[in-house]
Amino acid sequence: MVISNKPLKFILAALVASLPIMSFANSENDTTHVHNEAAHEVQVASHDKHAEEEHVAQDPKAKVDAFIDHHLQDSHDFIFFSDDKENKHYGFPLPVILIDGGLKIFSSSKLHHGEAVAEVDGNFYKLVHGKIYKTDDAAGIISFDEHGHPKNEKPLDFSITKNVVSMLFVAVLLFIMFTGLAKSYKKGPIPTGFGRVLEPLIIFIRDEIAVPNIGEKKYRKYMGYLLTVFFFVWLLNLLGMTPLGINVTGNIAITVCLAAFTFIITQFSANKDYWGHIFWMPGVPVPMKIILAPIEVLGTLTKPFALLIRLYANITAGHVVIMSLIAMIFVGKNLAADLPISMGLTLFISVIEVLVAFLQAFIFTMLSSLFIGMAVQDHDHAHHHEDETAII
Amino acid sequence: MDKLINDFSFGLFFWQAFILLVLILLLVKFAWKPIMESITAREEGIKDALLSAENAKKEMQNLQADNQRILNEARAERDAMLKEAREMKEKMIADSKNEAQEQGQKMIEQAKAAIESEKNAAMAELKLQVSTLSLSIAEKLLKEELSNKESQTKLVEKMLGDVKLN
Repeated sequence: MVISNKPLKFILAALVASLPIMSFANSENDTTHVHNEAAHEVQVASHDKHAEEEHVAQDPKAKVDAFIDHHLQDSHDFIFFSDDKENKHYGFPLPVILIDGGLKIFSSSKLHHGEAVAEVDGNFYKLVHGKIYKTDDAAGIISFDEHGHPKNEKPLDFSITKNVVSMLFVAVLLFIMFTGLAKSYKKGPIPTGFGRVLEPLIIFIRDEIAVPNIGEKKYRKYMGYLLTVFFFVWLLNLLGMTPLGINVTGNIAITVCLAAFTFIITQFSANKDYWGHIFWMPGVPVPMKIILAPIEVLGTLTKPFALLIRLYANITAGHVVIMSLIAMIFVGKNLAADLPISMGLTLFISVIEVLVAFLQAFIFTMLSSLFIGMAVQDHDHAHHHEDETAII
Repeated sequence: MDKLINDFSFGLFFWQAFILLVLILLLVKFAWKPIMESITAREEGIKDALLSAENAKKEMQNLQADNQRILNEARAERDAMLKEAREMKEKMIADSKNEAQEQGQKMIEQAKAAIESEKNAAMAELKLQVSTLSLSIAEKLLKEELSNKESQTKLVEKMLGDVKLN
């Protein structure tokens, strides 16, 4: 239990440190920020990049890019739709909670979607690219570094954002659904109503995921986690398919957290055999044992890392594709020609995305149970092998 | 890549961890535990029911086999009894036949013997009677024949003639 005792921060740091291994097909660099600014129609600032924005803001393609980018991010208010011309947003604000020399709680309406500087207890805050930065005064000057990142101080942000609200909603929904199912068993052995839909899913998780991967004897202990994560991820994925424009499971912080849970559970439930296989691989010569140990240690980290990237990338990709297809209507000049193609493709991809929503939840649960299973299994084969050699 | 790190929000991470942890604890206590227990109990019940049905079926089969065996035994017994009875009957008939035959034979023998003895007695009687009768006839005849001389001679001659024929 060497790693598991280390603080969570170390694990996070290790995960984030290994992020550069991944590379994305399209280099994002500055364009997104520029577009973001365009969407928000931020007041003229001292930054020289803003000069270019003025042309870009009129370009529908750039606007679409900015909109998609904005959608993929978490936000401090719940906006259902916006009127660009009158610069009005329809939705409701959410509470902002900052830790900046004490707890600061205020409504996100004060930030005006990044258009105004909020003054709270003598401190000034401004929203840039969906993040809250501290500014020196009411003018709201944000200075940027050469990568286009604001250099201003970032207070610790514990706001109840759109994603947090969505998660709370899903959590309440799950609680109502499954306590309802639990109660229906008191009336008789067979559930009634909606429980008939839920029960086969629970049995599916048990028989197809937990039991084959973890084993008949030990699976019960992990069922609570696996079931919760499966339904939580699945519902959040599905919620992302609704026109509410919520993208929770396509947020890196969410997937990092989910993977961290799996990682912690795996490390804490690991038995002697598991650690033995990591630090002193049985059945290989000593030099190999020394070479294998760091590889195996790294392997414990890459497993949850694969989990978090897989879920994040799949859901984000789905959102980007669907939004791009819808945006075709606005970018194209010919409505009669674009509308059927765009709608047809959107429908097609949406159906696939509904499948992906289930599939990603399934794969996440499946791999989690697989990793747990690897940690708790008794390595019988190794002992058998030793016995055989002893006989020879 | 750099965007990914920039996107990472510690606040969201904290809330997610908090919500997920609370959700897991609540659901384990109020949902998963009772649900899993109910499902397991139901499955056990079904398994038991199936097993007992299987057992009942086996028992039934055993019972049927037993019945069949008993029936067969009874049938065999009946057959044996019938056969015995038939044999006995035949034997009795044969016995009685033999006895009757023997008895009859014996009676016939006795009758024969009686008849023989009666016959002998009768013969002896008859002989005696015939001898006395013939003697008396002869006496009478002689008395008559020998009353005149002529007839005596005739007789002698006739007798002699008979002797010649012999």
